[in-house]
Amino acid sequence: MYLEVNRLNKQFGTKNGNLVVLKDINMTIEQGEFICAVGASGSGKSTLLRQIAGLDRPTSGEVRIDGVPITGPGPDRGMVFQHYTLYPWMSVQENAEFGLKLQNVPHKVRREQASYYLSIVGLSEFANSLPSELSGGMKQRVAIARALALEPKVLLMDEPFGALDVHTKESMHEFMLDLWRRTNITVFMITHDVEEAVFLANRIYALGARPGTVRKVITIDLPDRSQTVKRNSIFHDYRDELMELLRRHGQEAIAAAA
Amino acid sequence: MNPNPGSIQDFTRSKQLNPTVFWRLAEDIPKPLNTGLIVTSIALPLLLWWLVTTFGNIDPKFLPSPGKVLEAFGHLWSTRELLKDTVASLWRVGVGFLLAASLSIPIGVLMGSFASIRALLEPLFGLMRYMPAPAFIPLLILYLGIAEEPKITLIFIGVFFFNSLMVMDTVKFVSKDLIEATYMLGGTRQQALFQVIFPHVLPGIIDACRINLAAAWQLVIVSELIAATEGLGRRISVAGRFLRTDEIFVGLIVIGAIGLAFDLLFQYFLRVSCKWALQKR
Repeated sequence: MYLEVNRLNKQFGTKNGNLVVLKDINMTIEQGEFICAVGASGSGKSTLLRQIAGLDRPTSGEVRIDGVPITGPGPDRGMVFQHYTLYPWMSVQENAEFGLKLQNVPHKVRREQASYYLSIVGLSEFANSLPSELSGGMKQRVAIARALALEPKVLLMDEPFGALDVHTKESMHEFMLDLWRRTNITVFMITHDVEEAVFLANRIYALGARPGTVRKVITIDLPDRSQTVKRNSIFHDYRDELMELLRRHGQEAIAAAA
Repeated sequence: MNPNPGSIQDFTRSKQLNPTVFWRLAEDIPKPLNTGLIVTSIALPLLLWWLVTTFGNIDPKFLPSPGKVLEAFGHLWSTRELLKDTVASLWRVGVGFLLAASLSIPIGVLMGSFASIRALLEPLFGLMRYMPAPAFIPLLILYLGIAEEPKITLIFIGVFFFNSLMVMDTVKFVSKDLIEATYMLGGTRQQALFQVIFPHVLPGIIDACRINLAAAWQLVIVSELIAATEGLGRRISVAGRFLRTDEIFVGLIVIGAIGLAFDLLFQYFLRVSCKWALQKR
């Protein structure tokens, strides 16, 4: 077990009493896996990711990586946010190097390391550009390179392609799979896009909403991972199963709230 | 569709928005027009001034002609008085402003970054900021005399509190995502403060300084009107006493021109040091 989430609960105190956002979440992710957590809005996906990232603490339960409990954010868990969060005053190269700079990695080493990952994400020519000069997909690739440059144990992604148009999204999916195969990085991505999850993941945790719980864990076994697999009936079966799951639990949540 | 088709269209305009050049809303106008209007903004008042004093029946003591003001300028410049006054005023504003800025910038950044420090200082600063600096003058003269100290302290008071609050506001708007991203890259809070927050708010700080230098420049003049042996404000005060309105005009124009120069200098500095901030268009 590499990344474990054990009996995690998260509540927020609000004016109207305690809001249970996450209830009894259990997850195990092995090294090298590509895991997606899928859920509709309100399923607590982002909250769950933030617990794993260490940006927030659970009300009860724990998260462990490589056996060590997580108590705060750190470079062993790389994070790619939904809205790029590149530093606007730094060039692409400087952004990619920044994590290394924060860890006091010597200048020459960090330059090489950042350049290497920028070439992996295909942005070497843009090393001296400012983020404002890049498209959304390119910015996201810089954010990925920046996180990977620290060689984290796991790459956490918060709906990273949500803001991109369909074509860019598709290229980014292929790019992610290629990256994953090349670097053997462990990935945990949250998304509301079911097809994206089926296309990318080894396993999918389907989250129900209000409160967020793990409804089902589905192992994805596809014959191949190219765009043509989306016409395959196996792909459709996985997709339909997930959509049905989410729809059912969404309706339950609406009924429960009524 | 509505069972009464056509009834709403009686209300909706059949006209389209008229094209315009001069009255474009939140849009640029053609460069030649822009330049022309800017030139007119200076040239037209000058022209009117000249016309009124040449063809109107105005007592030169009331409104001197541009020619007379130019003469007075030449006279004050050749006797080196104008230079002495300008240097004195510039020196005071320089020292006072630099002192205030060097303290208010770090304090403002701290106030904006840490809710704890903000809670501690904002109430006091908010109160002090509303006390008009010139109202302190009698106290300052009492405590510090009539030399340079009270004037510099006056500028300090006028700039420090307001600048701290303005810098604080810029910092409050740094996106939390950016700071969290820094933590996820293994950054400490200290690193987030110095290597992320500070460069991010630099354009805002420069702009706050630009605005507060303008205020400081006015305060210098005000302080000199009250008690000084040289300085541009002093020059105007003396000229007023002898009804030398042409010298008053010289003083005012020089003060205005220097203030404008400060402003343009800051804008240039901002453009040069923070190119990234301007590209947000």
